[in-house]
Amino acid sequence: MSPDPAATAPAAQRGQGVIHNIGYRGYEGPRLGRSYARRALFTQSLRGAYGLGRSAKSKVLPMLLFAVVALPAAIVVAVAVATKADDLPVGYAEYVLMLQPVIGIYLAAVAPQAISLDLRFKTTPLYFSRPIERSDYVAAKHAALSAAVFLFTAVPVLILYVGSLLAKLDFGDQTTGFLQGLVFCALFALLHAGIAGYIAALTPRRGFGIAAVIVVLTVPFFLISALQGIPLSDGDSSSTLVGWLGLGSPGTLMDGIQSKFLGGTSGFPTGATLTNAQGISYLVVFVLLAAGAYALLLRRYRKAGL
Amino acid sequence: MAGSRGRSRLWITSVSPLRTAAPTGLSTLRGTAKPPHRLTRTGQCGTSVGDVTVIATESLSKRYPRVTALDQLTVGITPGVTGLVGANGAGKSTLIKILLGLSPATEGTASVLGMDVSTQGGAIRESVGYMPEHDCLPPDVSATEFVVHMARMSGLPATAARERTADTLRHVGLYEERYRPMGGYSTGMKQRVKLAQALVHDPRLVLLDEPTNGLDPVGRDEMLGLIRRVYTDFGISVLVTSHLLGELERTSDHVVVIDGGKLLRSSSTADFTQQTAVLAVEVTDTEAHPDGTKALRTALDRAGLSLRAAGTDGTPAPGAGHLLTVDIADADDGAVYDTVRDAAAELGLGLVRMEQRRHQISEVFTEGSGSDVA
Repeated sequence: MSPDPAATAPAAQRGQGVIHNIGYRGYEGPRLGRSYARRALFTQSLRGAYGLGRSAKSKVLPMLLFAVVALPAAIVVAVAVATKADDLPVGYAEYVLMLQPVIGIYLAAVAPQAISLDLRFKTTPLYFSRPIERSDYVAAKHAALSAAVFLFTAVPVLILYVGSLLAKLDFGDQTTGFLQGLVFCALFALLHAGIAGYIAALTPRRGFGIAAVIVVLTVPFFLISALQGIPLSDGDSSSTLVGWLGLGSPGTLMDGIQSKFLGGTSGFPTGATLTNAQGISYLVVFVLLAAGAYALLLRRYRKAGL
Repeated sequence: MAGSRGRSRLWITSVSPLRTAAPTGLSTLRGTAKPPHRLTRTGQCGTSVGDVTVIATESLSKRYPRVTALDQLTVGITPGVTGLVGANGAGKSTLIKILLGLSPATEGTASVLGMDVSTQGGAIRESVGYMPEHDCLPPDVSATEFVVHMARMSGLPATAARERTADTLRHVGLYEERYRPMGGYSTGMKQRVKLAQALVHDPRLVLLDEPTNGLDPVGRDEMLGLIRRVYTDFGISVLVTSHLLGELERTSDHVVVIDGGKLLRSSSTADFTQQTAVLAVEVTDTEAHPDGTKALRTALDRAGLSLRAAGTDGTPAPGAGHLLTVDIADADDGAVYDTVRDAAAELGLGLVRMEQRRHQISEVFTEGSGSDVA
C-alpha cells in the first residue's frame, strides 16, 4: 500500500484542494477477469453466510445456530464415551435429519441475506455491468449457499466422527459411516440451498424470504410425516405407501435416500425400507429438484437487467 | 425589493437554470449530427482507439413488442465529457444497456472503445464503468468494503482493489465516513460512492446515469465539478445522462439530445449555449407606467435587443406575463445587462429580478428543429 496522506494529515489540513492535488493514478496492473470475479463473489458470499466481513450483529444468528447444531453432537459423543457404547446412539446422516429444523432456520436466515439483499438494494446492476455474466453470479451464489449449508451440517458430522474415534469405536465402520455422512451432507446442502436460494430470489423483501423458506422447508416435511403416520389396515401396502409419500418433501426425500443408499435407517414411522423402484424414483426426484431449482434461479436473473 | 430604484446599485443574480416540469410535446424532427470534434484523450497511453471515437452507433434500433426504444440512432462520441439529454423514456437507459453489451440491439451496430457490443460485451465491461441512476448501495456495509468488493468483481486482485478503493474514495471526496455503514450516508455521499465504484477499476470510459438526481444545488454543483475532473484530471471519458440540459452545458464538451429514440441533435456545448442563453427580467409597475413590463419591452425594442415573449411555447410559467426574456446569445453579456438596467432606470421602474436562464429543453428542441443549428 502506498502511504495515504489523507489518513495521516490532521483533519484541519484536509481541505479539498490539498487532497485533490495528490493527483490521479491509473491502474496498470492485471485484470483477472470472470473466473476470478466468480471466485471472489463465492468467497464473499460464503463468508457473509456466517456473518464474516459483516457487522457484529449479523454474526450473532449464524454463530448461535451453528452452536445449536454442533452442541448436541458433542453431547452424543460424550454419552458414547461415558457409556462405552459399541456404536454411536445416532447415525451420521440421521443426526443431520434430526436437526433439520435448525438447518431450516439457518437457511431462512442466510439465503435471503445472500440473495434477496442484492435485489432489494438493486446492487445486481453493478455486478452485471462488470465482466461477470449472470450465470457467473448465479453459480457463485448457489455454490456459496451450498457450501455454507455443507459446512453447517458437515462440522457436526465431523465432531461425531472424531468423538467416535476417541470412544474407540470400530474404525472401519465409523469411517464408512462418516464418509457416507459427508456425501449425505453434500446432497442435502445442494438440494436445500437450491430450493432456499430460488425462494429467496423471488422476493426482494428479506422478511418474506425468511418466512417463505421456513414454510417451504418445514410445512411439507411435517405434512408428509403426518400422512406417513396414518396406519393402514394392511401392513404391507402401508409401508409401500409410506415410501411413495416420502417423495413429497425435501426432508423425507433425503431421509429415503440415506436409508436406501447411504446405510442409514429411515425415520419413517413404520421403519419402512424403500423398494428398488422407490429408490430410483427418489434419486430421480432429487436430481429434478436440485437441477430444477438451479435452472429456475438462472431464469430468475435472465430478466434482471440494469 | 420593489423599491430598488434606478440609480441604486443593482443586484444581478445568475442562478442555475430553471428546473420546470418535464418538457411536453417534444419535436421529433432530426437535427444534424456533427462530425466528431477535436478533443483528444489525455493521460492514456497505448490505446489505439483513444483518440478516435469512444462510442459509435450506426442505425442502432431497439424495438420491444410494443415500444420502439431506439430508432435508427447514429451517433459518434469522442473523448471528453459528453452529455446525453432526453426526457424520461427517450431511450437513454436503453442505449446504456446496449453499450454495456447487456441487451442486444434489434438492428444496427454499436461499438464502445473500438469493441463491438454484440460480441465483446465482457471486454467492454472490463474497461467501462457504470453508475446507475437508482440507489444501489447496501446499507449495512461500509463504503470501503463495498467498493473493494466491486473492484474485485471487476477483476482487480485483492491488494490492488484495496489500494484503488482508498485512492478513488479520496478522489470523490469521501474521507473518514468511508468506514461507516452506508445506511447513514447523505444522498450526496451515496452518489460519491456510486461514482467511486464506477471508477475504481480505472476504466477508460464511464457511463453516468443521472448522477445529479436528488442532490441539492450545492451537491449538484460539486457532482458536476467532480464529473468534469473525471475527464480533465483522470483522463477518463464520460457519458453523462440527464434530463436537464442546463447542468450538462456546464460540464460537457459535447451534448447529444435524443427523443423518442431518435437523435435530435449532436453538437458541441458552445453551440448550445449560444442558442439558449437568455436574460429574464421582471419589473414593477408604477403610476407613470401601469404596465411596466410593456413599457420596458418597448424601450428595449427601441434599444435594439431581441426579445422573446415569455410563455409562447405553450407552457407559461406562473407569473410569466410579468417576465421579459432578452436574448443575450449574440451580444456580449455586459452590454445587455447595462442596457436593461438603464432602460429600467429611465422609466423609473423597480427592477425585481434579472437573471440568466436557459430555456426549457422543449424550447431548445423546437428551436433546434426550426432554425439551422450546426
